[in-house]
Amino acid sequence: MFKTLRSRLVLIALVIMMSGWQLYSNGLKLGLDLQGGMHLALEVDDPDGTMTAAAKADMIDRVDRIIRTRIDELGVEEPLIQQVGGDRLIVELAGVSDQDQAKDIVQRNAFLEFKLVVVSSDMENALTRMDRAIVATLGVDSIRALGRDVAGPTNQTDLEGLLFGNTADSTSAESDSARAEVEDAAQAELDAADALRPFSSLLNFGDAEGTFLIAIEDVPVAEMFLEVEGVERAYPRNQVLQWGSELVAQGARTYKRLYVLEEEAFITGDLLEDATASRDPQFNQSQVQFEFSRAGGRVFSQVTGQHVNDYLAIVLDGEVMSAPVIRDRIGARGQIDMGAGTPLEEAADLALVLRAGALPAKINIIEERTVGPSLGQDSIDQGKIAGIVGLVMVVVIMLSYYKMAGLLAIAALGVYVVLVLGGLAGIGTGAVLTVPGIAGLILSVGMAVDANVLIFERIREELDEGRATRTAVDEGFQHAMSAIVDANITTLITALILMQFGTGPVKGFAVTLSIGIVASFFSALFVTRSLFLFYLNGKKASDPISI
Amino acid sequence: MRIFQNSAYKFIENRKKAYVVSGVVIALGIAAMILNVATIGSWQNYGVDFTGGSLIQVRFDEPTTDAALRAALGGADAPPVTRFGTENEYVIRAPIDDDSSINEVAEAVETQIAAVYSAGSFEVVRTELVGAKVGSELQLKALYAILFSFVLTLLYLAFRFEMRFGLAAVIATAHDMLITLGFLAVFKVEIALPTVAAILTIVGYSLNDTIVVFDRVRENLQKKGARKRDPIDLVNGSVNETLPRTVLTSGTTLAVLMALLILGGPVLFDFTLVLILGVVIGTYSSVFVASPALIEIQKRFGTGQSSEKKTKIEPATV
Repeated sequence: MFKTLRSRLVLIALVIMMSGWQLYSNGLKLGLDLQGGMHLALEVDDPDGTMTAAAKADMIDRVDRIIRTRIDELGVEEPLIQQVGGDRLIVELAGVSDQDQAKDIVQRNAFLEFKLVVVSSDMENALTRMDRAIVATLGVDSIRALGRDVAGPTNQTDLEGLLFGNTADSTSAESDSARAEVEDAAQAELDAADALRPFSSLLNFGDAEGTFLIAIEDVPVAEMFLEVEGVERAYPRNQVLQWGSELVAQGARTYKRLYVLEEEAFITGDLLEDATASRDPQFNQSQVQFEFSRAGGRVFSQVTGQHVNDYLAIVLDGEVMSAPVIRDRIGARGQIDMGAGTPLEEAADLALVLRAGALPAKINIIEERTVGPSLGQDSIDQGKIAGIVGLVMVVVIMLSYYKMAGLLAIAALGVYVVLVLGGLAGIGTGAVLTVPGIAGLILSVGMAVDANVLIFERIREELDEGRATRTAVDEGFQHAMSAIVDANITTLITALILMQFGTGPVKGFAVTLSIGIVASFFSALFVTRSLFLFYLNGKKASDPISI
Repeated sequence: MRIFQNSAYKFIENRKKAYVVSGVVIALGIAAMILNVATIGSWQNYGVDFTGGSLIQVRFDEPTTDAALRAALGGADAPPVTRFGTENEYVIRAPIDDDSSINEVAEAVETQIAAVYSAGSFEVVRTELVGAKVGSELQLKALYAILFSFVLTLLYLAFRFEMRFGLAAVIATAHDMLITLGFLAVFKVEIALPTVAAILTIVGYSLNDTIVVFDRVRENLQKKGARKRDPIDLVNGSVNETLPRTVLTSGTTLAVLMALLILGGPVLFDFTLVLILGVVIGTYSSVFVASPALIEIQKRFGTGQSSEKKTKIEPATV
């Protein structure tokens, strides 16, 4: 097909033009290690390992869609979002400056619920049962270790008496009475345990109906108690306790609210249609305005209409953002107050994740890499200089060793460089130039040079055996072929395996190397050959050549 | 200009000396690996990519020392600190709990540094967090990648050449990898993801070199009367005939890699060092390991031709 010199040169020109066009129109994408950015690997939280592979795959599919929407809204250019191995999601955000923000937007569940605040004494009556459950599960000793061995007000004096008795006991020398005292003490211990109020003693009267206040320093202990087995079962039917997000200052102390809410949300964020952030300068407060879909609006207006003067808790990811009183039937619109002093950006981020939708499950970040842009720039500069110096050395070696033939090889190498860069630019999102990628590129330059060396050495040998120039060149190419093919294919095998197993930078290396091998193959066997034909064109078969 | 034209070095005849050299180097490497297990608990100095953990790279405006930085990070309790290239840049491998995020760790480190160095005089340029699970997965993946490439290469060479060529090539490649891993163990070079890429590149390069020599052996075997020739002489001749190419290619590749090593900056340094080592070892092994291995295999298992033919063509003396 490409028998004539002219058709060969035309093909080469075409290939160069195509690569050049790819390079020009797509540009060369740089990896995160070169331009700076953020790499995240996410996994669906499955602490008990109970999810089936299919459930995980389905979950990661949904997570993928939602995160894609969120990142699109965030306005990151050309994000790379990729599912790996059926249960993992890779998110690469190039040039992201605020990493915390990006991470928050990716990871935040954004599960919005609307629940009614319960105003009744049911929860208060359940507190004793909750205290008992905590004592029963944790044991008196560990509660004492926490410093929460506080008895309820009715048994207070008794307990103190018992404790005093116990202290006296330990100094007693008489064994009989001591044993009796020990038995007494054991019984007393049981009574005392029954009287302990580890959790309810943390609670203070709330500043609004249906709330308790807990001093900020007690919050971790209280959180721990609420997690204890059996506590949730002690809740009154269809009621739960949930933390508020805001801090409340009362006198010299700071508190957090604990709300008594209906267990079931009457509406959730999946019926939201829109959410926008705004700022109320009067109260120095940011807000997120939301709007329900038509169906959501119907439910919302019906429930709020029935509960005028009740409190409506807006719960985001399990935290009560606010619980305003319902003054009138609310239509399809509402707003979430973010608390005093919150910057508008935070409200904007919340509005963004609410618009994009809630993640169906908790997402864990299992791998995170960030590279500052300045580090990337250094790498590029150094890589460029090293690459140029390396290429110059190749040129010098080839020219001084092979003279004219060396020049042809360098021209072929030039074609090779354009091909590789064009190939990298054209292959799509998977191919980016990373630091190891530069190394892969330089290595494949080595292989391209090697192919030329193999051919030229062979031509020299053929010339040594006294063959005519043209025959020697033909034979040289022919005999060098098998070694070049085998060497390139084995390296290609390695590169392809790396592409399968590697991630991130290693994959970049493998992709560059693979493209480089294919390009070097074409450059050495086709381009150099064509240039040789061009060089020999017009020469007599026996004319000497410069090699 | 021509180098090594019509050379006739007795490579194969001197193979026993090469065996000793290779044996000693490999033994040293294995000793270092055993020593590493005893001292650092792992046969190689695995980086966060493989062990899981955190890495925080800090760049200072003014040069500082790792001792000063360690003092700022809590003295004796300080996490491991290593210099990265210049005296202005350090990598801190802070411990990380399962729950806390890299940003918390990075912020804590930043606060500690800011307490000693003035706040604007440094910058966190890179942070990495790898979960322990991801790390151990990567170790397995790397192993698979290497084994896979071995098997596929062996199959390809068995198909393109003969089984003994494939076997000899794999022996030479395994030899190169052992030496490289030994070198990494001796100098406790941190094994990161790019290091695995470098090791696999060495596999590729070493094979490339070996194949060029074997290709010439194959060609010489097909020449008239080749089967009557002394195999040692034939293989040795093939090695000598390809010597100019071997030296020139290795030289050119080394020149490029040296440029990369000297000018490429700290990000590429370890990676390039491993590659340079690989090129040197790969060149050595294609001459002194792969070709002799071919002879040794032939001596023990024959050429793979039918036995009748073998008795006819194989000389008694070796």
